[in-house]
Amino acid sequence: MSNLSEPIKRASAPAKKSRKKSRDLNAISPLSNVIFNIAIGLFALSCIFPFLFIIIISFTDEKTLAINGFKLFPEVWTLDAYRFLMESGQQMAQSFGVTLTVTVVGTALTLYLVTTYAYAISRKNFAQRRFFSFLAFFTMLFSGGLVPSYIVVTQVLHLRDSIWALILPSIMNAFYIIVMRTFFTTTVPDAVIESAKIDGATEFGIYTRIVLPISLPGIATIGLFSTLGFWNDWFNALLYIDNANLIPLQTLLIRIQNNMDFVVQNSSRVVSYDIASTLPTETVRMAMVVLATLPVALAYPFFQKYFIQGLTIGSVKE
Amino acid sequence: MKNKAFLLLVLPGAAWFIIFAYLPMFGTIIAFKDFRIHPGGFLESVLKSEWVGFKNFEFLFSTSDAYIITRNTILYNLGLIFLGLVLAVTLAIIMNELLNKRLAKIYQTAMFMPYFLSWVIISYFVFSFLSVEKGVFNQIIMYFGGDPVSWYSETGYWPYFLILLGLWKGAGYGSVVYLAAIAGIDRSYYEAAMIDGATKWKQIRYITLPLLRPLMIILTILAIGGIFRSDFGLFYQVPRDSGALYPVTNVIDTFVYRGLTIMGDTGMSTATGLYQSVVGLILVLLANYAVRKIEKDYAVF
Repeated sequence: MSNLSEPIKRASAPAKKSRKKSRDLNAISPLSNVIFNIAIGLFALSCIFPFLFIIIISFTDEKTLAINGFKLFPEVWTLDAYRFLMESGQQMAQSFGVTLTVTVVGTALTLYLVTTYAYAISRKNFAQRRFFSFLAFFTMLFSGGLVPSYIVVTQVLHLRDSIWALILPSIMNAFYIIVMRTFFTTTVPDAVIESAKIDGATEFGIYTRIVLPISLPGIATIGLFSTLGFWNDWFNALLYIDNANLIPLQTLLIRIQNNMDFVVQNSSRVVSYDIASTLPTETVRMAMVVLATLPVALAYPFFQKYFIQGLTIGSVKE
Repeated sequence: MKNKAFLLLVLPGAAWFIIFAYLPMFGTIIAFKDFRIHPGGFLESVLKSEWVGFKNFEFLFSTSDAYIITRNTILYNLGLIFLGLVLAVTLAIIMNELLNKRLAKIYQTAMFMPYFLSWVIISYFVFSFLSVEKGVFNQIIMYFGGDPVSWYSETGYWPYFLILLGLWKGAGYGSVVYLAAIAGIDRSYYEAAMIDGATKWKQIRYITLPLLRPLMIILTILAIGGIFRSDFGLFYQVPRDSGALYPVTNVIDTFVYRGLTIMGDTGMSTATGLYQSVVGLILVLLANYAVRKIEKDYAVF
């Protein structure tokens, strides 16, 4: 095609324009397209490469690793790390259970609290809607900060070393309420609610039987934000949890990293390698990272469209 | 009657806000007290602790820490906000122009990946590159005959690492909003420009960018409102809480955390948190005021 248009291009300027038009309307030139594809492709690769690299390390033989370091193409491959986790990964299984419980219970509570609150303040015939909107949105302006929050959770609610310390502090925030309220006001027509009322439905009946089913995409958005938040959370555990039975996955990974650093720093000169070898080895740690990440890595491409929907609602429109 | 139903709906959420947001706000008076725990519980502890006026603040601002954490917090945030804006807009424009839409979708999915991972996971990624004995960077340096670098104790590199990682993690997220905005631009602008002979570059410069400008300004101003807060995981987890790096990694959030957990200095940590919240509040209000001036519809309050 480029050969055919070459003489025409040289002939006159207007002909050049018509050649451009013959390609898909107003598209960029094939050369720029290739350059952009390479640039963006490399950046996109850099976003998934580290995860692939961690997977490779987790399949590397420990001795090979100790000699050669982290390599993209290790000399000896092995399943040892995963075998080790299958046989002696009780703490890993326990932490998996904690993370799963916290994520499921936390997300369920989040959805209940956020939808009820956002629905009430989205209705114009709710007399105190302004007061309750302010109550929620003011928390975006000002917060007590970390220390007073910490004292409330530990001294007032006595939640230290309780699974609720991982759930309750994070089940609500004003951003979720803004997204959900925007969703209710834009997708639930007043006329639907009016007609349901004429048919004799109660406010609660309208909410559960009409509003919630219409708002499923919005609920999915909040549900995903919340699921991800709980799955990735480690900060609450860092503050409130000492009991090994209640450590979530992410925090377990932090602890292993710190313990390993401690042992390596203190053993390199004095103590023999034996002590270090009783702790999870490098490859086992990387295998744990892979297992902790896998659910998210596999699921997120399917969630992505809801996230994009939520992002657009939450940030572009009030 | 109807109102009662609404009140019942709103009540559990309101209770959460009172306990988890407003009670801590009341607790900030600890910043003005010499906080001691009394057996009678939180309220009694707060009320019975001795007033010390602004002593906690004086103590904070008399150390060099106050300057360092404020400087780090502001500079990192400024870097992340402005470079993040440039990166997000550039990515959005380029992805919008790619001829193969399917590939563009794949790139977008890949770029979104880091956003879905926690900083803990990312700190392991970073370790696979920066580990002193086994890391990729040192392997490359040694391959070319250089000396291995002890990355976790060299302050010089970290401002770049942290900014790059912050941009890397947020790129997919940031570009989505602009991509949506570009998709919303009326095609006829471009058709008219094309007929007038405008090149692609001119179209971007005179149509796309000006039409994205309100959104860019608003998101940036809102981000500036949060300039006193930082992503705790980036500054704490990724450098592995390495003490040698504190001069370049300590921000207000990590300082407050360490003050609380390691030094146990409740009064000064609360004072630092209050300093952060008050300056944050002023900045948010100024930012909102600015948004209102530029584009009334986008103001949050």
